[in-house]
Amino acid sequence: MLAPAEITEYLRSAHSGAEFILEETVPEAVIRVPSGILCEAARTLRDDPRLRFDCLMCLSAVDRPEELQAVYHLYSMEHDHSCALRCCIPKDNPEIPTVSDIWPAAEWHEREAFDMMGIRFTGHPDPRRILCADDWEGHPLRRDYQPPSEFHGIPLTTILPPESETSS
Amino acid sequence: MSVLEGQYGPNVIITSLDKVFNWSRSRSMWPLTFGIACCAIEMMCAAAARFDLDRFGIFMRPTPRQADCMIIAGTVTVKMAERVKRLYEQMPEPKYVISMGSCANSGGPYWEYGYHVVKGVDLVIPVDVYIPGCPPRPEALIDAFLKLREKIERETLARQA
Amino acid sequence: MKRDLNIQLGPSSEKLERALADVEDVHGERMVLQMGPQHPATHGVLRVELETDGELVVKATPHIGYLHRCFEKVAENMTWPQVVPYVDRLDYLSSMNNALGFALSCEKIFGIEVSERVQTIRVLVAELNRIASHLVAIGTYGLDIGAWTPFLLLFQQREHIIDLFDELSGSRLLYNYIWIGGLAHDLPEGWLPKVRAFISYMQPKIPELNQILSFNKIFIERTGKVAILSPELAVQYGVTGPNLRGSGVLWDLRKMQPYSGYETYDFEIPVGRGEFGAVGECLDRYIVRIREMEQSLHIIEQAVERLERLPGDDVRAAVPKTFSKVPVGETYFRTESAKGELGF
Repeated sequence: MLAPAEITEYLRSAHSGAEFILEETVPEAVIRVPSGILCEAARTLRDDPRLRFDCLMCLSAVDRPEELQAVYHLYSMEHDHSCALRCCIPKDNPEIPTVSDIWPAAEWHEREAFDMMGIRFTGHPDPRRILCADDWEGHPLRRDYQPPSEFHGIPLTTILPPESETSS
Repeated sequence: MSVLEGQYGPNVIITSLDKVFNWSRSRSMWPLTFGIACCAIEMMCAAAARFDLDRFGIFMRPTPRQADCMIIAGTVTVKMAERVKRLYEQMPEPKYVISMGSCANSGGPYWEYGYHVVKGVDLVIPVDVYIPGCPPRPEALIDAFLKLREKIERETLARQA
Repeated sequence: MKRDLNIQLGPSSEKLERALADVEDVHGERMVLQMGPQHPATHGVLRVELETDGELVVKATPHIGYLHRCFEKVAENMTWPQVVPYVDRLDYLSSMNNALGFALSCEKIFGIEVSERVQTIRVLVAELNRIASHLVAIGTYGLDIGAWTPFLLLFQQREHIIDLFDELSGSRLLYNYIWIGGLAHDLPEGWLPKVRAFISYMQPKIPELNQILSFNKIFIERTGKVAILSPELAVQYGVTGPNLRGSGVLWDLRKMQPYSGYETYDFEIPVGRGEFGAVGECLDRYIVRIREMEQSLHIIEQAVERLERLPGDDVRAAVPKTFSKVPVGETYFRTESAKGELGF
């Protein structure tokens, strides 16, 4: 079992040019990975015999004021250790390479991240929306999202009951 | 049936015919199995052994072409709304719709922040009976069918004024 | 696709021979069928695009999103305790398990510890709900294949569990019972003896179910050697829960990363062994669920014994009065729900 600090050291020694930062957040530490080296780092994490992160537990997307982030939670069934990676993406060009060829479980997770946050995963085999309707506009989980008032003729605004005359 | 409807003014023959048709329609409701979400489980419980729906003549049909009633059990999302409309249009007349649960009535717990939820299935298709609850008990579904029976018994084949 | 016709012809069959000579040039083609969002077998809205070659399904592409209820956006706008009823509705068949996962995840963030009694009650209701969920799974599985009797029988057995939950929380399906930091209220008077009565009622029902369905020749032929999922593919695609165990992978979070006191209970993890065909077939996944029900009954029995010994305490003692001071950070906590891993 390896601790996040050891995993970070491992990654640093395997990819000497890239900058991996260990964020000591509570309750779990997160390793910040530059998006350019994401695929190679993911392959190292999966294939290296001491790491063997064969299971992508979850891929989430976070909307911070200054950037978007993709967070990967990985787990190794062989060694029973887990780690979390964070990859920061600029909002004006939210593109990041896909990891679905490394962990096939990421296919649908990445489709959801695209649907909800608008992060485009280059090289994804099926970059479509997964949850919202196919011709939905906008990315709902962004902070500045304004829901539409109607869709294909169906009104979507909340209909409140009329105010009663005897309201206090 | 369509030959007779609207042909005659209200008179004695029609009242007897009305009674017979309404009796047979209301005692043999064949709903479409259209379970969407949690209310669908209560619908299945209502159809199961304890709250048997079959004793009321209610027999679930998988295809809309053979159904005369549609129970919208669960939250209708925007992606699903067009399919709901299509299924409703595929049902032959006379057809009735029961909106089961608060999600189908008015959007339910997702009324305020659910961007992808249709706030009530009556924005998509006309509804005859609404059942409140989240989810409503199977007894409430049976009650809804009884209310639907009362509604059907008030219908008439006669030409409407 | 050419088909080889290997037919022995009778003496006066020149006409037939000539006709068959034309037939040899027949090319079949695959048909694409939409097993649409409304279908009696999808049990909820799932569209599967099937590519069939005759009666054999060659490729199946699922499409989801027909029940996208904007849970995350709603949760962003609610207070922490207000999210619990929404969490219940995620997997509505086993809502206690969902709420348990969410409560444990929040307790990890806020650093809350709950008492042993609260943990034991949580395990008890979660396992009862696991049995209820598996009963629906198995009942509807038989229904899809055409067996009505198991469906009716199992739903009748499930009604006993639903009655227990009705008395406990006031609701049949969505309970809002497991709160962050504790439970909504304590167990009602006389509830534990009813759970004991349920255990003794349910224990002989599982062999009865096996006789009706599991060892039924038609069922075995329909589900054996069908849709075999290899363990490697299952792990790569992130399959968890009874489906992963049906492929032979011994993986259950209640044993590997125990939570809420599961490490103190004595139970086994059933794994698919391919007894009727190959490991990882549909039948394996079904048998794993039946065996899990047996193990859940065993856990419930142990939990009831403990609850009868433990002194009563305030189940809301650790529920925070206010959630205004939230620490900065992120976490991912996963639990073994009835259908697999559920993480928050």
